[in-house]
Amino acid sequence: MGCALQFRNVTLGYDRHPAVHHLDGKVDTGALVAVVGPNGAGKSTLFKGIVGSLKPLAGRIERGALLPQDIAYLPQAAEIDRSFPINVYDLVAMGLWRRAGSFGGIGGRARTAIEQAIAAVGLTGFEDRAIATLSGGQMQRMLFARLLLQDARMIVLNEPFNAVDAKTSADLFDLVRRWHGEERTVLTAMHDIDFVRTHFPETLLLAREPVAWGRTPSVLTPENLLLARRMCEAFDEHAHECVAQAAAS
Amino acid sequence: MPYDFFVAPFAEFEFMRRALAGALALALGAGPIGVFLMLRRMSLVGDAMAHAILPGAAVGFLLSGLNLFAMTAGGLIAGFVVALLTGLVARATELKEDAALATFYLLSLALGVTIVSVKGTNVDLLHVLFGNVLALDDQTLLLIAANASISLLVLALIYRPLVLECVDPGFMRSVSRAGGPAHLAFLALVVINLVSGFHALGTLLAVGIMMLPAAIGRFWARDITLMIAIATASGIAAGYAGLLLSFHVGVASGPAIILVAGALYVISLLFGRVGGLLRQLFPGRHLEA
Repeated sequence: MGCALQFRNVTLGYDRHPAVHHLDGKVDTGALVAVVGPNGAGKSTLFKGIVGSLKPLAGRIERGALLPQDIAYLPQAAEIDRSFPINVYDLVAMGLWRRAGSFGGIGGRARTAIEQAIAAVGLTGFEDRAIATLSGGQMQRMLFARLLLQDARMIVLNEPFNAVDAKTSADLFDLVRRWHGEERTVLTAMHDIDFVRTHFPETLLLAREPVAWGRTPSVLTPENLLLARRMCEAFDEHAHECVAQAAAS
Repeated sequence: MPYDFFVAPFAEFEFMRRALAGALALALGAGPIGVFLMLRRMSLVGDAMAHAILPGAAVGFLLSGLNLFAMTAGGLIAGFVVALLTGLVARATELKEDAALATFYLLSLALGVTIVSVKGTNVDLLHVLFGNVLALDDQTLLLIAANASISLLVLALIYRPLVLECVDPGFMRSVSRAGGPAHLAFLALVVINLVSGFHALGTLLAVGIMMLPAAIGRFWARDITLMIAIATASGIAAGYAGLLLSFHVGVASGPAIILVAGALYVISLLFGRVGGLLRQLFPGRHLEA
């Protein structure tokens, strides 16, 4: 099995303060990985690094043949202007950007794909609805439809099931499973430990430093979870330069 | 006779025909630009920029009288200088962007009026403040038409990235780099449309033909395409009806155009299908599902 992502002693952070510290490891192509950790553990920071919107302070993230644009990313709180006058169909259609770009036409085949994506998330009949009228769960379904159309080899989801009900998260997780079946690489930040135990084969437990990474049962042990919970959230304003980095260079 | 009332003024008088052509061209470019300004929550930025171009236009006026080229160039330079200074002050000090812009555009307005009053007469001052759509010469008409054509062409080119950049900037960044250039091109379009509006309607009302139609569109459409169509149509209607009003009643033409647009706005505010006041007060009985 090929390797989709390789972290080589990656440190990511802001203003020289590390938020993800010395991460090593790899994500196999087609893997389904849960990223678990308390608030402030660096999950979002890690994802920003993966999709290339944040440059590592040290170390390297290797994406193989993938470009950052080939990775579909669903942020925790999408920066969507919900009052913008646009309907569900057009917003979902934006998932075709990589193929249609600024000028490309949306032809018959693309229309079929858009309708199928909308049907797959259970929003058929909502095509002409303004996005302002959607509920939180419907909004998330719409964003998943857009992800479907992006047809990316790697999909990164930041806490996609927060603030949606059980039915919605079950429906949407079916899509995640489908992606997994299609050998796409999926990374998902999660808070629901029980859900991760049941559904994710592989887990990275992060608490700024990687606490454990591997098969889910061996990662989510009580000892590891306790370790993660002890993580200190605040940056130390008077921190010294990292010794490990100095030793490496 | 309807013909005498609705058509004759334009058939008989050349200055009315020119004014009509100018007003229509202005509305064509300003309608869509206004809608995007409104959707980006930049309505007042447009207004401030319209005032900011005054000292430049006034210096042009001081140097060469009511010369189209000098006033346009001066206006463009002043507009960009104020935009730049605003950005610098906002970054370098505690002052926020809106406050910085407010200080600069007020200074610009005061400076511009002072410059005009030094050399010109009160007539010139009125011309600069309120424009004169009834006195458009060939050059000015061409400038307005060219600006409208450029606006529509460029908007067609940047439409998709611009919309996406407005709705979901995060997603736009993740799939394309076209968002930033699209935004800059849009700002340039705002400035050239303000310059058009400056010549026809003057510095105080230039932004009116952008923002009032856009606000009208918002009350009737949930979809941006329809919103732009309604905005442009109401801008055109306001231009035509405003000129008729000014001809028959004998009031100043620029303000008449904006007043008609204002009347359309009040009607939309009351009766608009999307969030109009009457709809809110008397929503009707709720539906079954």
